Amino acid sequence: MSKEWPLWEIFIRSQNGLNHRHVGSLHAPDAETAILNARDVYTRRKEGVSIWVVKAVDITASQPSLKGPIFDPAEDKVYRHPTFYDIPDDVEHM
Amino acid sequence: MYAQMVKSEGSSGEETPEEREFQDRIDRGEKIEPKEWMPAGYRKTLIRQISQHAHSEIVGQLPEGNWITRAPTLERKQILLAKVQDEAGHGLYLYSAAETLGISRDEMYEQLHSGKAKYSSIFNYPTLTWADMGAVGWLVDGAAIMNQVPLQRTSYGPYSRAMIRICKEESFHQRQGYHIMMKMARGTEAQREMAQDALNRFWYPALMMFGPSDANSVHSEQSMAWKIKINTNDELRQRFVNETVPQAEFLGLEVPDPDLAWNEEKGGYDFSQPDWDEFFEVLKGNGPCNKERLGARVKAWEDGAWFRDGLTAYAEKASARRAASATAAE
Repeated sequence: MSKEWPLWEIFIRSQNGLNHRHVGSLHAPDAETAILNARDVYTRRKEGVSIWVVKAVDITASQPSLKGPIFDPAEDKVYRHPTFYDIPDDVEHM
Repeated sequence: MYAQMVKSEGSSGEETPEEREFQDRIDRGEKIEPKEWMPAGYRKTLIRQISQHAHSEIVGQLPEGNWITRAPTLERKQILLAKVQDEAGHGLYLYSAAETLGISRDEMYEQLHSGKAKYSSIFNYPTLTWADMGAVGWLVDGAAIMNQVPLQRTSYGPYSRAMIRICKEESFHQRQGYHIMMKMARGTEAQREMAQDALNRFWYPALMMFGPSDANSVHSEQSMAWKIKINTNDELRQRFVNETVPQAEFLGLEVPDPDLAWNEEKGGYDFSQPDWDEFFEVLKGNGPCNKERLGARVKAWEDGAWFRDGLTAYAEKASARRAASATAAE
């Protein structure tokens, strides 16, 4: 039985000025072919101007079970938002 | 509905705290993402449902592929090619969504090729005339849309995102089909007859796409609680009939059901059920084209093996060469 092609994660920039955004994944033998396949699978209606491909195994992700410890500390730091500060209406341009 | 009769794997016994918390998240409208905790039954049912849907998209290319070389004009041929290419794309979106649940692509292919996994019954019917391309786009894609639009809100993130992409593209499929039907219904007498014949042959198979009544099905209840099924089969079938009958009237074609009648009280049509014995026979592999469809699929996969292997060998060689020249440069 043949070997399964590796999985690639596909990122597309929909137009200049915007970030590349994850759109899905596909299988391909190498990076060049992954780009060709991504064109056919994810940009049949001009959805992009640029494609990134990354081998799925090369992505390290944070643990979903650690969501609390990782992200909760930001919760009680409301002073990081401008609305935390009460400034009288008379003060302009702020 | 491209996924029919997907068995749902509920948990046996008492609900654990994890299961409770999971259900609460779904009830709050939260999406579940790949690496998060989920009940084994949720994972299993989703793999079954998404892969069945993906297989349907892939096998669904075959009845239409039949007409690419015989399309009546170059424009129709381009359109049909684009549509069939979309089906391939839809299959690929769904396969990669299923893979996030921990099944490999080759495993899914193996399940399809061995007959262990199912695909929609509709693709086991033949496409005999050009009018069938109209009927397929109008009715088959129309029925698919009916099911896929609500599934955009499904609880599993990758599945939902795949459905959103698919729905965006699917509307073209239905409209191009109806456009073919309009041309033929308003064409010569022979063309009109062909259009009517296509409607006659595809009406009941299209109604079967929603699956048998599941009003009292336990599987269905569990899937609905998990939001991997949004409406009952009967609800969707009724909605489909309500929307499609006026479209047939506009074409001047007759829906092949003598008992079809508007029911003012329920605000929908009364209609005849398809032949469910036929449906189960087709699912079992005894439809008019089961062997041909699966045979074509397996042949394409096997005939392409040398090419896939060649690309793998080339990729390995190129990667070794790059590694060697990197070492030499050091």
